[in-house]
Amino acid sequence: MDAVFKALADASRRELLDRLRAENGQTLGELCARLDMTRQAVSKHLVILEEANLVATVRRGREKLHYLNPVPIHEIAERWIGKFERGRLQALSDMKQALEARDE
Amino acid sequence: MSDKPKFVYVTYIRTTCEKLWRALTEPELTRQYWAGTWQESDWKVGSPWRIMIPDGRVGDSGEIVECEPYRRLVLTWRNEFIPELRDEGHSRLSYLLEQQGDMVKLTLTHDIDRPQSKLIEAVSNGWPAILASVKSLLETGEPLEATRRWPAGT
Repeated sequence: MDAVFKALADASRRELLDRLRAENGQTLGELCARLDMTRQAVSKHLVILEEANLVATVRRGREKLHYLNPVPIHEIAERWIGKFERGRLQALSDMKQALEARDE
Repeated sequence: MSDKPKFVYVTYIRTTCEKLWRALTEPELTRQYWAGTWQESDWKVGSPWRIMIPDGRVGDSGEIVECEPYRRLVLTWRNEFIPELRDEGHSRLSYLLEQQGDMVKLTLTHDIDRPQSKLIEAVSNGWPAILASVKSLLETGEPLEATRRWPAGT
């Protein structure tokens, strides 16, 4: 769990996760092409994300595809968000989204 | 199926491949963490497979494509209780179990041969909770509260 928080405590790594959320299964090359980071930096961040199990990879021929893996985040959420709070949190989250969308 | 899965889920569980395999296939174990459901199959390649919902309905069905006990399981999967999803036909689920020290790495993919699939959207939302719950069951003896029972009204 320390590894997950450490991996998430960096804006560049969160940006990488956002990119995978937008389009899952990207290669290192594809990720680099859309980011203002060196290939070396992206590669280093991906190792940290993979070690935290926030990114899962599969091989396709010579390529390595990167996937956002939400399972550890789910485990963290379940640890602190009890069943009684879930409904209310969802309602608050829906309201926030609705209100913010109206402002745009 | 496409050679590029839509999603890949991985969880590391402090257990053995044999215990995890049993947790993924045996009715008395799946009932505890998989919304009260259980599966029926003899787990032989080509055999039918289905998930039973506690009220007696069939949830999903298909057949066993690959079965290497304690290591790899691949099956076809068609929803049976939501017409819109059933009409999409068969998807494909795969589990890979790999022992890494005192942990087992479980890799799950679930795919279908169509670009916009409601079934894949539905299962991609459901699997993280099920995987977190089987991990909890094997490591602590207790599944997660959220996945213990079949959701009312569905």
